[in-house]
Amino acid sequence: MKMRTFLFLAIVVLAGTGGDLAVTHAMKQIGEVKSFSPRALLGVMWRALKSSWIWLGIALMTVAFFALLAVLSWAPVSFVVPATAANYVVGAMGARFLLKERVSQTRWAGLLLVTAGVVLVCAAR
Amino acid sequence: MPSSRNLLAKTIPLLILVPVFGSLGNVLLGKGMRGMGKIPDLSIPSLAAYLLKILSSGWIWLGIGSLLIFFVSYMLVLSWADYSYVMPITAIGYVLAPLLAHIFLGEVVPGKRWAGAVFIFLGVAVVGRTPPSTTGPV
Repeated sequence: MKMRTFLFLAIVVLAGTGGDLAVTHAMKQIGEVKSFSPRALLGVMWRALKSSWIWLGIALMTVAFFALLAVLSWAPVSFVVPATAANYVVGAMGARFLLKERVSQTRWAGLLLVTAGVVLVCAAR
Repeated sequence: MPSSRNLLAKTIPLLILVPVFGSLGNVLLGKGMRGMGKIPDLSIPSLAAYLLKILSSGWIWLGIGSLLIFFVSYMLVLSWADYSYVMPITAIGYVLAPLLAHIFLGEVVPGKRWAGAVFIFLGVAVVGRTPPSTTGPV
């Protein structure tokens, strides 16, 4: 694998999961949504738009999106897309160490099954 | 924290909306963009005209609407559920796509893809057995 491909894949995975983790953190700060009335939902969205974590998350997701477009312009889709399944493992580590979620052995087992499945689904031609 | 039954009653519907509207949005955007042709050149007027053409497509707006529903559902479920719970479970979208393509479009789905779908299905079932939320409010 070319150095440049590896670097851009790393950006896709790290910025993508970083974006998800930032959005999760913002929503945990806003707190559990209990009412789903339109008025309550608008209130939640308004609070979310005022959170800098949400904007950090959106910025990181944007970086991941353009890095993915870039790497797809030279590396084969059949390699790039299955490789982004690394998101599941990196995301779970971020959830464990940054968000302090309790990732039990059962959850790890499920995560690894999902990761293997995504690689297989995306690699199949 | 509410009882786990209450929590699942609102977690499950959102966990269905996320992959459904996420993949629907991508398909609609793809359908909209397919009719656009290539970008003529990189001058400001032709880029502006191209953007206007994209924004006048109904498919594009349906796609944007779907992705908006996807993102709001994702944010709502993450307000109480673990990221390490939501993220693997929403991978069920990878199972839905070949299944729907097979049933409705009669597409031949390669064996490797079915095998992957089975792995994902089992993984989602295993993660689904863990409690959705293991952290309190921040």
